[in-house]
Amino acid sequence: MMLAQFLQFLFSGMTVGATYALAALGFTLIYNASNVINFAQGEFIMLGGMLAVFFTQAGLPLPVALVLAILVPAIVGVVLEKLAIEPVKGAETVTLIIITIGASLVIRGLIQVWLGKGTHSLPAFSGDVPIQILGATLMPQSLWVLGVTAVVVVVLWYFFSRTLHGKAMLATSFNRLAAELVGINTSWVLFMSFAMSAALGALGGILVAPITMTSYDVGIMLGLKGFVAAVVGGLGNGLGAVLGGLLVGILEAMGAGYISSAYKDAIPFVMILFMLFFMPRGLFGGKSTDRV
Amino acid sequence: MKKNAYFGLYIVIAILLLLPFVLPNSFYMDLAIRMAINAVIVLGLNLLIGFAGQISMGHAGFLGIGAYASAVLPTHFGWHPLLAMGAGALATGMLAALVARPIFKLKGHYLAMATLGLGIIINIVLRNEAALTGGPDGMAVPSLGLLGFELSSDKHWYWVVALLLSVSVWASLNLIDSPFGRALRALHGSEVASQVAGVNVVRYKVSIFVISAVFASLMGSVTAHYVGFVTPNFADFFHSIELVTMVVIGGMASVYGSLVGAVLLTALPQALATFEGWETVAFGTILMVCMIFMPRGLVPTLAAKFGKGA
Amino acid sequence: MALLEVKQLSIQFGGVKAVQNVSFSIEAGIVYAVIGPNGAGKTTLFNLITGVYTPTSGSILLDGESIAGKLPNELARRGVARTFQNLQICMNMSALENVMVGAHLRLDRNPLKAALRFPSITRRDAELREESAELMRFVGLEKYIKARADSMPYGALKRLEIARALALKPRIIFLDEPAAGLNPKETIEVDALVRKVADSGVTVVLVEHDMKMVMNLSDRILVLDYGKKLTEGTGDEVRKNPDVIAAYLGAHA
Repeated sequence: MMLAQFLQFLFSGMTVGATYALAALGFTLIYNASNVINFAQGEFIMLGGMLAVFFTQAGLPLPVALVLAILVPAIVGVVLEKLAIEPVKGAETVTLIIITIGASLVIRGLIQVWLGKGTHSLPAFSGDVPIQILGATLMPQSLWVLGVTAVVVVVLWYFFSRTLHGKAMLATSFNRLAAELVGINTSWVLFMSFAMSAALGALGGILVAPITMTSYDVGIMLGLKGFVAAVVGGLGNGLGAVLGGLLVGILEAMGAGYISSAYKDAIPFVMILFMLFFMPRGLFGGKSTDRV
Repeated sequence: MKKNAYFGLYIVIAILLLLPFVLPNSFYMDLAIRMAINAVIVLGLNLLIGFAGQISMGHAGFLGIGAYASAVLPTHFGWHPLLAMGAGALATGMLAALVARPIFKLKGHYLAMATLGLGIIINIVLRNEAALTGGPDGMAVPSLGLLGFELSSDKHWYWVVALLLSVSVWASLNLIDSPFGRALRALHGSEVASQVAGVNVVRYKVSIFVISAVFASLMGSVTAHYVGFVTPNFADFFHSIELVTMVVIGGMASVYGSLVGAVLLTALPQALATFEGWETVAFGTILMVCMIFMPRGLVPTLAAKFGKGA
Repeated sequence: MALLEVKQLSIQFGGVKAVQNVSFSIEAGIVYAVIGPNGAGKTTLFNLITGVYTPTSGSILLDGESIAGKLPNELARRGVARTFQNLQICMNMSALENVMVGAHLRLDRNPLKAALRFPSITRRDAELREESAELMRFVGLEKYIKARADSMPYGALKRLEIARALALKPRIIFLDEPAAGLNPKETIEVDALVRKVADSGVTVVLVEHDMKMVMNLSDRILVLDYGKKLTEGTGDEVRKNPDVIAAYLGAHA
């Protein structure tokens, strides 16, 4: 019984943790390319789920709907970058934070007006017959979530470490000026990072929608928790983002299950405070010194 | 230089004195009172964000502590409202001091995240401890009595709040043009330069954080007594963002900018109230447009255009 | 006893030994220069002594008291002032206010008294305003007394930093490349200014590349190379030292 309960919490924690991981990867990508924390990241997650619902309800076959539900947020991400981030390069942190928060409000408001405030669900990709493992139930959709996330992580790892484009993006994150000087098109890097980040977020939203349902305001908490995950892992570190996401998801589920479900939402934020107090660079972040 | 600095204050006082005679009905009175309350909160927050160059994304949490102290302590424990207000301010001050030291070793986004986390945790606690706080539905707040005189009518509240605002503006102007104020601004301008001049950077950041938190707590109590009711939404993330927006749009590091920001952004939701979803879109668009084209805020940008300083 | 004594001072950043086992001492009232090729560790040495960095090993004694690892604001309290190679001016304040910040420790910093506008505070501020204007005149910035910091040219800002450092009423002042980025005329003016500062009784420690200025002004010179002490002595001694010539001076002095 104990094991079954533990596994249950572990499974649900890992599932939602995968969403956090994808969100955290999105934060990391944009942060690395532009030093901006994109508070609108959560809205991309929401867009993924909501658009998938919209497109399937409009009659499109599931695969097409899903692709569109990833593509459209990617376009939104690029628009955001071009309209709101590029014009203010080098602005103060507070300014950038406010701009992305403004963007998140615009996106959320538009969806609220267009698709209403209702909660929606997406059909599970391969049915909803639960799988029994050692007394705990695992939904097939969870396997989709974890599986696709794992594939995405591997693909991204390959992209950044083995391809020229990926390395160009990494170079930009280390030193933008130097990257420009060796001929890397840093505007393109910025463009790609926002598009990829939005796509990742949207993908996460789509994968989880069959399990947790979706509505116009899921973006806020998901985005914030994704940010927590990114910081826990070490802001700017991709592997850290993934592990951070899983860790936050699992601890949240464990805390909700074993301690108190009312305070479930508080757990990631208590985690972030602890991390920031004792290990601000996160699990994998390096130390840095300012030159004077 | 002093005379010039107070000139704006005299105008503010003149406006405050004339306003009750100009406002047509109690709806507008209520709006004016809310604007003034927000203005005081924003003044405190601006000291932290604009002048000292720090960030606080969870300030509404401190409002909540003050508001709920004024609700819970008299209702469940029989405390006198003024005592409760003081207790709220003290608790807020202590909490702020406790978390400030580790928090202010962080910079930029980490600082934003930490303050955000704090605000959200406070909000969740207020929402969950239903036995004390009435949960998501909130609870009623007893009225505030000063020396046997009970504050109930709009007119009374207006004068109390107008006085608070005038004193706050005066105090802020004084603070900024003082050794303490200069140290804060130097901290923002160049932290290392202020350090070698002898400014204990961490101690100053903590002080200004505590000061602005206590301001917020006191005004939270005032709001609670004025409205007569308080809900956890008062202390949520969106409200924290609204407050930061007021600072940023009115003008960071500008005392009068704080007032302008508070006035505009208290009126805006009222103007957009009928449009629900569009209200969010409008709010977000205004935020983005203002930050892209006027990053220093309304008052400093306009002042620069017309040559004077604010 | 020397005013400043540095013994076997070292700092390591990861694998980079920026400063290795450097020892020297500075008597009160002299002008002491630290020279060396770029990357020799001069600014790092300054940062170590003025509290911006904490040494990995070694000791720093100011008037016999150990100050290694103390924060810059604690050092300011002990009369240590400095200027920066990369200007650190508060562009959000006026020129005068920048100088007034230098006097921070000499003022009443109580926020409550300030908010309530106690007469003692306003009076002291008015006095300080006068004092700071005087300091600006001392460093040759009369025409910028009413200016905002962000409207001043580079050369003027370099002097403003010196004025701010002097507002501390320091015992010892560290000037990090005061002539960097200045044209020959401005350099001569800074040279005269540093002489003025030294003559007023403040011990001056100087990092400079301009050899003429260094030879003119300094009583003693420390030569660093690759983080290590190459030699130390008077201008003549250093100029004739073959290692120094080989490493650095070349045909210049």
